[in-house]
Amino acid sequence: MIRVEREIFDIGAEIEALTAGRTDIGAVVSFTGLVRDFNDGSPVTGLTLEHYPGMTERELEKIENEARNRWNLQVSLIIHRYGDMALGEPIVLVVTASPHRQDAFDAALFLMDWLKTKAPFWKQETSTEGETTWVKERQSDFNAAHRWKSNT
Amino acid sequence: MKILYFAWLKTKLQMSAETVDWSEERADIDSLVRWMKARGPAFAEIFSDLEVVRIAVNQEYVTENIPLDDGDEIAFFPPVTGG
Repeated sequence: MIRVEREIFDIGAEIEALTAGRTDIGAVVSFTGLVRDFNDGSPVTGLTLEHYPGMTERELEKIENEARNRWNLQVSLIIHRYGDMALGEPIVLVVTASPHRQDAFDAALFLMDWLKTKAPFWKQETSTEGETTWVKERQSDFNAAHRWKSNT
Repeated sequence: MKILYFAWLKTKLQMSAETVDWSEERADIDSLVRWMKARGPAFAEIFSDLEVVRIAVNQEYVTENIPLDDGDEIAFFPPVTGG
C-alpha cells in the first residue's frame, strides 16, 4: 500500500492498522525519516517537499511491487508527505512485515534506498536567514540504491 | 504536448507547465531538447548539461531517444531528493 499526502501520520496507528487481527506475522520493521535541523553542516529551519503528482504514486507502487517480488512480505506500506514541514516532523514511513525478521529488515532497507533515487520528490530547505535552497542529490544515496541491482 | 518542470528547473525557468505544439522539429526527445536549448539563456543553461536533468514521458522515466506524440506529457526535473 502506498500513500502520498500532506498530513502528518501517526506511526503507531499505522503499524497497528496493518497488523490488527493477524496472527501470521512474526516481524514488523518500520523506518521513519524526520526533518532534521542541519544539512551539509548548515542549520536548517524548515523543509518543503515538491512532488510530481501521478508519477510519484506510480513510482512508489513499482518500488513496492519490486520489494514484494524479492522478499516474502505479508504487508508493506509506504507513506510519503509533501508540502511544508517543521523540524522534527516525519517525512516518510516505510513498514514491512514478514514471518521472519530478515525479509522485513532487508525489504525496508531496499524500499528506502530505491525510493531515495527513483520517487519524484524534491526537498527545498529554509535557512536561518529565511532563504530557500533546493537540496542536492547525494552520491551515497545513488551507491546505496545501486547495490540492490545485482541482488535479485 | 504538455511540458512540466519541477524543483530548480521550475525556479530557473519561472514556470511549472506549458503547452507546446507537436512539430517536426520536436518529434522526439533529442529534437525537443535541441529546440529547448535554443529558447533562451535559462533554457540553454539547463539543457546544456543533461547529466542533471531527468526526463519522463507520460510519467515514466526515459533514458533513450523516443518519438513524441501530441498528447504526451513530458517532464523535466533534477535528480530526486525525497525520502
